Order: sequence, then C-alpha cells, then structure tokens
Amino acid sequence: MSILKDQKRFHDIIRGRIKENFKKYVTHGEMIGKREKDFVKIPVPSVDIPRFKYGKKEQGGVGQGEGKPGDSAEGEAQPGKGEAGDQPGEHNLEVEVSLDELADILGEALELPRIEPRGSSNMSTEKHRYSGRNFVGPSGLRVFKNSYKEALKRSIATGTYDAENPIIIPIKRDMRFLTQKPVVKPHTKAVVIYMMDVSGSMGDEQKEIVRLESFWINTWLTKNYKGLETRFIIHDAAAREVDEKTFFSTSESGGTLISSAYKYCKKIIEEDYPINEWNIYPFHFSDGDNWSGDDTRLCINLLKDYFLPKVNMFGYGQVESKYGSGQFYKDLEKHLPGDDRITLSRIENKDMIIQSIKEFLGKGK
Amino acid sequence: MANINAALEAERKKICKIAENAGLDFFDTIFELVTYKELNAIAARGGFPTRYPHWKFGMEYEKLSKGYEYGLSKIYELVINTDPCYAYLMEGNEFIDQKLVMAHVYGHCDFFKNNKWFSKTNRKMVDAMANHATRVRRYIDRYGIDVVEDFIDKCLSIENLIDRYAPYTDKPQVIEKANTVNGLNLIQENETKFSVNKEYMESFINPSKAREIKKVENPTFPSRPEKDILLFLIHNAPLESWQQDVLSIIREESYYFVPQGMTKIMNEGWASYWHSKLMTEKIMDDSEVIDFADRHSGTMAMAPDGFNPYKVGIELMRTIEQRWDKGQHGMEWSNCNDLAAKKNWDTKAMKGREKIFQVRRDYNDVTFIDEFLTEEFCVNNKLFVYQFNKKTNKFEINTRDFPAIKKQLLFQLTNFGQPVIKIVDANFENRGELLLAHVFEGVELQPDYMNHTLKNLQQIWKRPVNLATVMDKEGRFFRYDGKEMSSVAFNDLPKETTEAS
Repeated sequence: MSILKDQKRFHDIIRGRIKENFKKYVTHGEMIGKREKDFVKIPVPSVDIPRFKYGKKEQGGVGQGEGKPGDSAEGEAQPGKGEAGDQPGEHNLEVEVSLDELADILGEALELPRIEPRGSSNMSTEKHRYSGRNFVGPSGLRVFKNSYKEALKRSIATGTYDAENPIIIPIKRDMRFLTQKPVVKPHTKAVVIYMMDVSGSMGDEQKEIVRLESFWINTWLTKNYKGLETRFIIHDAAAREVDEKTFFSTSESGGTLISSAYKYCKKIIEEDYPINEWNIYPFHFSDGDNWSGDDTRLCINLLKDYFLPKVNMFGYGQVESKYGSGQFYKDLEKHLPGDDRITLSRIENKDMIIQSIKEFLGKGK
Repeated sequence: MANINAALEAERKKICKIAENAGLDFFDTIFELVTYKELNAIAARGGFPTRYPHWKFGMEYEKLSKGYEYGLSKIYELVINTDPCYAYLMEGNEFIDQKLVMAHVYGHCDFFKNNKWFSKTNRKMVDAMANHATRVRRYIDRYGIDVVEDFIDKCLSIENLIDRYAPYTDKPQVIEKANTVNGLNLIQENETKFSVNKEYMESFINPSKAREIKKVENPTFPSRPEKDILLFLIHNAPLESWQQDVLSIIREESYYFVPQGMTKIMNEGWASYWHSKLMTEKIMDDSEVIDFADRHSGTMAMAPDGFNPYKVGIELMRTIEQRWDKGQHGMEWSNCNDLAAKKNWDTKAMKGREKIFQVRRDYNDVTFIDEFLTEEFCVNNKLFVYQFNKKTNKFEINTRDFPAIKKQLLFQLTNFGQPVIKIVDANFENRGELLLAHVFEGVELQPDYMNHTLKNLQQIWKRPVNLATVMDKEGRFFRYDGKEMSSVAFNDLPKETTEAS
C-alpha cells in the first residue's frame, strides 16, 4: 500500500523536527517522565499546511444544546463519524517515538559510530523454528495450505480438475509437512553498571544531569545490544546496589571512598557477568572529591589491573557542583594517560550533556 | 479489496430496488468490502484509491488509524462522486451497519447525480486522480521527491484560493497573460505605435503627446481583480513547466471537491433522511431496531461546540416536507400572525415529497439555510451562537437570537467559511510585485498561518508579495520580500502609495 510510503514521509518530517530541536529535548527531563515501555512521548510543533484562514477564536460558530448566554459551549468531541483533521494546528502534537528510533536520531544528531560488539563471533545461539516444508512427517504437522496447493496443481496438470465441480482429492505425494530448521543467531550480551557518588556534595541538579545522561547512554546501548542489562550502585564511604528509582532519588551525606564502588562493581562482574560472554560498560559519576590520595591510588590500581583489560569501556563523568571541581578527574588523567579504554568527561552543566554523551559514545566501543 | 459477499449482495439488490421505488435516481453504485486499514487509507486520500504521493495523506492516515485503534472514531461510510459511484463497506461491521450504510449511500448517489451543483464535476475523477498521480510520480523520478514535495506543499498552501462559483457561470474562464513574466514591462514600446511609411509622417501619426499620456496611464494588470489565483499563477508566475503542471493538478482537484463542500449539510441531510426512512419502513428486521436506533442517534449527536451537518440537514429536510405537506408556506402563511392558527395550519396539500426532491435538485447549503432555516426551527433544535471569550479563555454561548444564528451560519457557509482573497495588482508599484486584497467581512485572518502562506506564495511568484487586510481592527499591508516580513498600517502610508493601491 502506497499510503505507507506517505506515512513514512510524514514520520520523516516529524523526525526532522525532533532532530532540529534535539538539543532542547536532550536537556529536557520531562520527556523521560513520559516514558513508556518501548517509546517516549515527545511534543513537537504541529505539522500543518498553512493557508489563509479565519482564526477559530475570531470566528465562533453555531452549536446546539441547553444553556443560557455566558455558559460554556465546550463539550466533548462528537463521537461516531470519523471526521479527523478538522481543526488542526491549534495544539502541539505529541508524537510517540520508539526508543529504537530515538536512538537512531541520537546517533544521527551526534554522529555516533556503531558499536562493534566484542566477542560476538564466537558467541552464537542456535534455535529451531518450524519453518521448513518436507514430504514426510507426522500428520499433526501437516500443512493444509501447501498440501492443497500441490493437489490442485497436480489435478490441473493431469486434467482431472473440473471447474464446475471443484473437488480436489489429495494423495500421499501431495502432502507437505512442517520441519524444523535451525536458526543460528550471533548473540551478544551487554551490561551497563552505573555507579554514582551520593555524598552530600551531589545536589539535585547534579543528579538530574546523571539521570539524563544515563537515559541517553541506555537508549544508545539498547539500540546496539538487544536485552541490555543495567545495574545501579550508589556509594559514599561504602557502596551498595540499589534499583533504578532509588539510584536517582537517594542523597546521603558523609565521606567519599570511590574505591568502595569499584570493589562492589568488581564483585558484581565476577559473580554475574563472565567477561568472555558479556560486553561490560561501567560508568561512574562523581563530583571528583575523594577522601584520600591513598584511596585514589587504590582506584587507579583497580582500573589498571582489573577493569580496563576486561571491560569494553570504562566511563568516568565528573559532574561539577557549586562546591567546585574535584581532583579525581586530574588524577585519572595523570595516571592513565592516553588510555582509550577509559573515557573521561567533565559535565559542567545541563547544556554540556550532549557534548559528554558524544565523548562517551563517540568511540564506537 | 474485494467485491461484497453473497449475503451482502442479496441485501444490496433489495435495498437498491427499495430506493428506486422510493423515487431515488442514481448512477450504478459499486460497493467494495475493505478492511479497516484499506478504508483508512482510502479515506486519508479523500476517498480515492490512487493519488499523488504526499505526506499529508500519510498524516491523515495516521490520525484515522490511531482514532480507530483507540476506539475514538470510526468511518462508517465512504462514497465518492463518480459514474459509477464507488462506495466502501468496512469488513467486520455488523450486518445492520452495512444495511444502514448502503441505504445512506444510495441517498448520496442520488444527490450526486441530481443536484445541479454537481453537474459540472468530472465523473471520471478516479481515473483523473490516478493520472495526476502518475504525472507527479514522473516528476519525482526526474527531480527528486524533496523538490517536488516541497513545491506541492506550497501549492497546497494556496489551494483554497480559487473562484468557487466560476464553473457555474456560462462565461468561459479567460485569464490575462502578461507580456513578460512577473508583470514587468507590460506594455511594449511598439504596441503603442502605429506603423509609419514615410519618416516625416512620424510626428503626425504617432504624436509624442498621445504616447506619453498612454504610457503614464499605466493600466493595471490584471484589469479587474482575479479570484482564481491558482489559474493566474499558472499562467503568469515564473514557473517551470513541471511546476505549472503540478499547480494545475492541485487546482483541478481543488475544484473537484468544491460541490462536496458546497452541499455538506444538504448532502448528509438528504442521505440521512433516506437511510432513516428506508430502514424504518422497508429494510429493517424487528430484531434490528435497537441497533439501528443506536447507530442513528450516534450519527446525529451534536456536541455543544460542534455543528453536525447530519443533524441539521435531516431536521431541515423533514421540516420542509412537513411544511409543504401542510401548506405552511407562501404569503398567506407568513402574513399570519395568529400563533394558534399557525400551529394547526393544515391545507392537506401533501406537496412535501415533491418539494424536497426539488430542493435536492436546485439548492446548495447557502441557499438552503437562507431559505428554509426558520425561527421555529432554531428554537425547536436549541441552536445558539458561540463566541470565544478572552477573559475566561473559553468558548461561550453568545446568543439564541435567530438573525444572529442565521447570519453566523451563512457566514460559515459562504465561500466555505474561507476568506475571499483576490489578486488586485500583479505589477504593484510597477515593480512586478503581487498585491492581494482580503475582502474583509468582519473576521480577521489567523496571523501565523497568514505569514506562512505569504512566504509560500512569494516562493511561487518569486517577487515580493503584499496582502491588504485588517489585523487588530486596523487596515494593514503585509509584505514578504523573500527575506523578511514587514507590515504597515494604511494610515501610515505615504500619500502616493495609497492612491496606487
């Protein structure tokens, strides 16, 4: 149906609009609030063909019903007849965009490279599907449609088919049965482990930044790995695992030992995610204030010896807060110079989120 | 798409016979049974299976599909004015629905064939639309979808700027052509000169004084304001030939849909009158009464802020029939001031049926409302005028005054509730600019739409475009020169410019 082409053109226009205003959407939290399972709702300026026309508000109209002058004349839309598109352009359009499509838009807007999964070649799963046809098989798997067609073909070919009295009698030779066919699929598994510093210095605004950034990282990685898993760790002086909601709402006070989170993360990976099967993406967000130089050294050693050889990429995002910027970013930069398995990013404010996403995901790892 | 099944076909024959016996006269009507997806696709394209590719059909389709899938709206009937008429039934509708739709459709088909405002339409529009689609696709293949679609967007933006009553006049539509594009250099030098054999005769035959006067006169072009702006642009805008063709396609289709818009109330009223009459008297089984009543009342429902042409149409038709049956018309009736006598007025004329057939032949919505909308009708049907109240930010009931209701209705119907806009001068200020004038009737244009439309128009005309209209209760010129919008009040204009306009 060619209407589907027209519909696609319409979708492209909407996508274009979203892309145009993409920056605004990235830094807008409200969209994530309207997130459903597979799609988000995005308000876009309405699409309409402009004409010389009277404004509805200017014009007024004729209605029917009870009421005296001054009463409201706004009722519910009339049910029944489908007369869509009568008065467009008065409202903003809220379109549903699937997360998949959103990831595409993100990828196009930021020119992100596709991720080359690690270890995909040696991992594969084999499934069996009943999609083949065979001449023999149990009668429970007999396919009526194919068998009938074969019988019809045979009877027409042999001249026994009578259009006036179209009776088809299948013989054994006509029968077709379903058979299994193996379907081999390369299988990639991926996990994102988010770690966040929830010590007193991380305020609401900082957390909002982490929330937005992790949403977009998730969107992009989900596009690249079906069935992406996410885990959340919060830490101050000690680390613990939480669910997504707690992750973004907890605030605690106290000291900061970054190594506690890294140790916990290590534990999760060792327990649940064998590194030869999983693509692993740890992300750590903090304001960069660590308790002591000793702890920082411990972190760097953990990174060097454990994380970096094993994970696809380790991301560290330093969210600047009003208490100033911490030391941790500089320490990492100093001790792990030029190592492209770790990505460092400074996020000064909401507007820098786009830049930061690009830094994290721009390497195609 | 498939033709209808045996059970429906049997019913169709029955209904067709009943409709014919009732006096309806229609083209052959072909019913197709389609799935809701197909029906939405066809409805999105204005009832036609094939039209030129454009995103607006996709948008319409999306709206209809969403509306259907969420159970908000549903299309029951779809019929197009062609010979033979094509009508679509939706697969999976209940049998009573299909019967109702068929009866309704025969009403429409009768109207299409006999109403005189439909007499000028192309009855082979399915083919014409398909040909248009082929032509547009060919341009897309040659120039690319983005270029062509972009141009179609601009054309659609001005598709309502046609002369809706032109097809009904006897005069053939002639369009003036400028000698050069964009109206510049309208008068060529030699046109004002007579040929001279002897050189010394020159000053006698072509006296310089007369020539000067002629030049100064500067005739306006077009010589009288032109309503069919699309036609004017096809001939006079600097367009490539494919663009001219696309514009002419848009114009042709725009004219095709004129009678539908012109008779919406009457057409739906007529079809509803007949489906209700035929269903209740002849077609329906006893067991179907409740379902029929449910569907019928759903169609006739009228929300406070929505005007339902089905409802008003059917009620007016019934009122007319009743009045002419009882002889409640003419001078004697209107001069009678005795309410009691009026109420019981019955001459047993029984001319009602004859009258509504005549009405369906000769009237359109404007004349229909103008002549048959009565004060009694407005009171009985609780009609009112609503206006937007800026203080409460709501639409509110304004008045139940009969003249106001009638005025509002007629205003909405005349020129389809669209502003009348004419080309006044295509060589405005002698700079090849376009000057449009909005014939102001008390309601202002929606400003954001106006600005965008002017921009689109400028891209077709290529030279700056001007529009004279009323905005915020003040006469103003709006001008788009290809780079920016500007606007100036009539009062602030320098003297000479005012005269030129």
